[in-house]
Amino acid sequence: MAKPAALQRVSEAVWELPASFKPGMRVPARIYGTEKLIGEMDDAVYDQVTNVATLPGIVKYALCMPDGHFGYGFPIGGVAAMDAEEGGVISPGGIGFDINCGMRLVRTNLTYDEVRPRLRELTDKLFAAVPAGVGSTGFLKLSRKEFRKVVEEGSRWCIARGYGWNEDLDLTEDNGCTPGADSAAVSERAVDRGFNQIGTLGSGNHYLEIQVVHDANIFDRRLAEEFGLADGRIVVMYHCGSRGFGHQVATDYLRLFLSVMESKYHIRILDRELACAPLDSPEGRDYFAAMKCALNMSFANRQMILHRIREVFSDVFGQPAERLAIHMVYDIAHNTAKLERHLVDGREKNLLVHRKGATRAFAPDMVGLPDRYKKIGQPVIIGGSMETGSYLLVGTEGGRETFFSTPHGSGRTMSRTKARKLWHGKELQRQMEERGIYVRTASLSGLAEEAGGAYKNIDEVVGASDLAGISRRVARLVPIGNVKG
Amino acid sequence: MSGVRQGSEQLDRGVKKRAMAYRYLEDIAIADIAFEATGRDLNELFTSAADATMNVMIENIESIEGREGRDIELKSGEPDMLLFDLLQEIIYYKDAEQLLLRIKDVTISEGGGSYLLRAMGIGERLDPKRHEQRADVKAVTLHHFNVEKEQGIWKARVILDV
Repeated sequence: MAKPAALQRVSEAVWELPASFKPGMRVPARIYGTEKLIGEMDDAVYDQVTNVATLPGIVKYALCMPDGHFGYGFPIGGVAAMDAEEGGVISPGGIGFDINCGMRLVRTNLTYDEVRPRLRELTDKLFAAVPAGVGSTGFLKLSRKEFRKVVEEGSRWCIARGYGWNEDLDLTEDNGCTPGADSAAVSERAVDRGFNQIGTLGSGNHYLEIQVVHDANIFDRRLAEEFGLADGRIVVMYHCGSRGFGHQVATDYLRLFLSVMESKYHIRILDRELACAPLDSPEGRDYFAAMKCALNMSFANRQMILHRIREVFSDVFGQPAERLAIHMVYDIAHNTAKLERHLVDGREKNLLVHRKGATRAFAPDMVGLPDRYKKIGQPVIIGGSMETGSYLLVGTEGGRETFFSTPHGSGRTMSRTKARKLWHGKELQRQMEERGIYVRTASLSGLAEEAGGAYKNIDEVVGASDLAGISRRVARLVPIGNVKG
Repeated sequence: MSGVRQGSEQLDRGVKKRAMAYRYLEDIAIADIAFEATGRDLNELFTSAADATMNVMIENIESIEGREGRDIELKSGEPDMLLFDLLQEIIYYKDAEQLLLRIKDVTISEGGGSYLLRAMGIGERLDPKRHEQRADVKAVTLHHFNVEKEQGIWKARVILDV
């Protein structure tokens, strides 16, 4: 995998391709990573990020985070901000099929020593309570009409019906409900695909992990304490999105945008997956409203899963969830587009920030942070492979250069097809159990595809992010129990 | 647009034990799954591609019994997008009804500037005890999506988002 000759190092963890690299580029492209990560970077990333740089209304740079790899249109790890008032476009490829694929981190006051003897029972019960796998359906029985309300109200719908605590809303991005969601912009097919799926994990790289905090893995003691983490404590982290609903919204609008992009808006298509339309157009506005429904559905999905987690822990440990202090740390979306105000060359602008496999990482004092985090910054949850562990980080001032965006995960280095040939699911499960990670999965072949060896080194990815100053490590979290689709 | 066929219908042996006319590609689509399907005619190509798609989700597709059917009818201005729409239909039923469908009897006709596909989807609801799950397919993508005839054989290249 060769880096282009035109790639120049701008600073220790930032590399740039100039706007002259490819015809049509409006801005340079910047790729974040250590020298090692850049050397291993998927070739397609350079092609894709420079295609993104041609999109109308793009501001400053087309960006790719250190976990970047091939995606559709945008690379996964891609970030692009469009001027919302000067013809900026919205692109479904810049958000992804799994709209609001995201992460939630939940703390408890349980210790590793308390959980270890009940780990199998706990994981087995979570596996039963949170369905995972192909086309899985949840315990919530909704009519299509009610589902349309859920997608407009997000987590608020859940809290109003007793599936959570009020504080859960404060600790979710957008307070669990993105304003402007309009279910009239959503097709019946999307509703058909999603109305039975609230409270489910899905499959592939989606998971629910029981993790432990070790003192040796705490990078910032003060911040760890502010976020409620302490040595030996158990946390739960899970990764899932908007399920079939979001996937269909993305598919519907990709087709629509392809049909109008050139004919109506005279935007040349370099890559069909980079289809887009002006945000300020009927198609752009409809997609934005539908996308917000998928954002909200995913928040509601993770909220229902939290409800189940609290029920299971309470059942296994014989105490109410409040007594076990099962509080959220935070919930982040890593496939979204949001209207945010950012300083661009000294002027405050209204920008549509696409983050496709990238996490928002607001610095202290930024608007949108919960009160309790105003002075410390936004928690950032970055998932590693199922074998290596994950990270909690915090947003920093240095994030200004990436519109306060940072990586979302390890990033794959190998296709699923290749991984299946190299690893055997049952054997992998056994080896992980020997190493202290108990795994329940709906798919053993799917497990092989998720082997740690198929991913970039999470420590390297997070280290690059820290080095570039776009987020700062707080703690590394080690898996002990895992539910996978 | 598709219709529900009432009553069960057995899959004939030809469908159940259909020779695999597809292969998964290991060097493209790192985060997702790419395949190449082939066929002597469009009927075979489309059924091969449908099998490849179902096989991403279910390891042992031959275990899918023909207990329910769906009539599938799709229209498009471009013939390759008929394949796209057919594969999307399989994904739709997997989510909307937890129905695993195998495709047979594909016919494609042309008229009035557009193409019409008719096919039958035969299958049953997912049973975790009998159907070995692999990865849930989110969507068919247009990346490198290609349908063409090469030296008398129809080929399709598809990348599925999982």
